[in-house]
Amino acid sequence: MGAVIVALVGALMVFLHASPLGDELVVVMPSADGHIGKVVVERGDQRAVLDGPYAASRIVAGGAPVAERLPESEVRAEFAAVLQALPDRPKTFLVYFQEGTDELTPESRVEFEKILADLRQRAAPDVVVIGHTDRVGNLQYNDKLSLQRAERVRAELVKLGIPEGRIEVAGRGEREPLVATDDEVAEPRNRRVEINVR
Amino acid sequence: MRHLVAVAVLAVAATGIARAEDVGQVKVAKGMVQVERAGKRVPATVGMPIQQSDVVITGADGSAGITFSDNSLLSTGPNSVLVVDRYSFDTTTHDGHFDASLKKGTLAVVSGKMVKQTPGSMRVRTPSAIMGVRGTEFVVQVDEPTKK
Repeated sequence: MGAVIVALVGALMVFLHASPLGDELVVVMPSADGHIGKVVVERGDQRAVLDGPYAASRIVAGGAPVAERLPESEVRAEFAAVLQALPDRPKTFLVYFQEGTDELTPESRVEFEKILADLRQRAAPDVVVIGHTDRVGNLQYNDKLSLQRAERVRAELVKLGIPEGRIEVAGRGEREPLVATDDEVAEPRNRRVEINVR
Repeated sequence: MRHLVAVAVLAVAATGIARAEDVGQVKVAKGMVQVERAGKRVPATVGMPIQQSDVVITGADGSAGITFSDNSLLSTGPNSVLVVDRYSFDTTTHDGHFDASLKKGTLAVVSGKMVKQTPGSMRVRTPSAIMGVRGTEFVVQVDEPTKK
């Protein structure tokens, strides 16, 4: 008799506990560059660290999290629709300029066409364009030149059909060289515009 | 009528300049996707800004992808309800906080600059658990409770 009551109470507790919560699953994915991330799953005072490829934590009806490792094919199939809906990864491109001008180098002119092709296939891109110079010329001159370079890139992006309001432009002058040099040293790698797109 | 006004306001916001309260932008909207803001639901469109407290709701054929200002990416699959509970990001220091809740359905996360700067600054809640994000990519599924 006592055992029956304990069993009934136990069943009732499981039922009350389980009813408001569905099953949950968390799976860590390898990133595009192969780096494996880490997710800490906390449920009350229980804590599980997921840090391997396809390391998973499953919570059935509000119970304790159970660690497992799932096959990649299973995860890809189960989460196909949501993975498909991830936006394009944000990217940063660099283009280089001829000395003292806002004209791209011939190599960067070719590269720039590829960048435009990338931007063209993105949905509603947001762009930040930052111009830089080398240390030839004074600060004011380089501030102006760096902004001119950035504006030149922006004009091309607007031509491509990206709304002007979605392109932010800045000139950093000679303040942020990629390659440190003494003042008045010509350095092609510093004559650049950074194009950040997301 | 009020619904129409809400649609018009969101439509204007979608084409205009990014504003301070815009924390992300819809990049993918397939099938039925709605955004609920201040109690009003409007269809989500590509380019629509996302703000703190927005709720993204997808139908049986729906999925949506959002890019946030720190470059974190979130997407939801069919039959999902995702809430952007809290979002702040300092573009200079890369400090910030990002809390999102998946009420049901599926979610994919690619963490961004704030998690790179401060691991754990992004958290995803489900009905049963809290996930602290140390980077970078993971998926979550929340089934609806089965009727017993």
